Amino acid sequence: MKNQVRDLRTAKGMTQEDLAELIGVSRQTINAIEKEKFDPSLPTAFKMAKIFELPIEQIFQFV
Amino acid sequence: MKLERTKRVKKLAIWTWSWVATMAIATFGPEFIWDGHPFLTTFAILVNLANGILMILANRDLFNHFDELEKKIHLESMAISLGLAVVVGLTFSILDQQDLIPFKADIGFLVMFIGITYLVSVFINTRRYK
Repeated sequence: MKNQVRDLRTAKGMTQEDLAELIGVSRQTINAIEKEKFDPSLPTAFKMAKIFELPIEQIFQFV
Repeated sequence: MKLERTKRVKKLAIWTWSWVATMAIATFGPEFIWDGHPFLTTFAILVNLANGILMILANRDLFNHFDELEKKIHLESMAISLGLAVVVGLTFSILDQQDLIPFKADIGFLVMFIGITYLVSVFINTRRYK
């Protein structure tokens, strides 16, 4: 699964630690998601969509 | 989140150390402290068992506090450790039954093997997702 998490996070001026804190996961998890080594759960994806104010399908794309 | 994690890790560490301590007392106490008294021996074993259960609960508490990636890493590691423990444990047992190893296949070897495979698996899996 591809995602735009890194771009969206940096556009918001947030660090991985900031995003991790907001979502309630570890910084390593955010890093693994950004590197597309790990697909997040649905609740985490929804939380990201809320933070970035975008629909999930604009953040994550199934390829 | 970090504070909560530290609290849970500390709790697990305390129960683990006290479990090891009560295990040592239950193992060596009958010989070196109370001269094989059956009541004290049974009591020491029961205290060790209760301590072990509390250690497991503390471990479960920590596991439930993990995030999704950490849970995945630890679950994969547990699957590998459990599988290897069953397969290698039974192989070890057969080797002992057939007198193909020069020592007794003690349960302690299996416990050490599980601990080491779990640590190595967690280390490898953590690196995989870095």
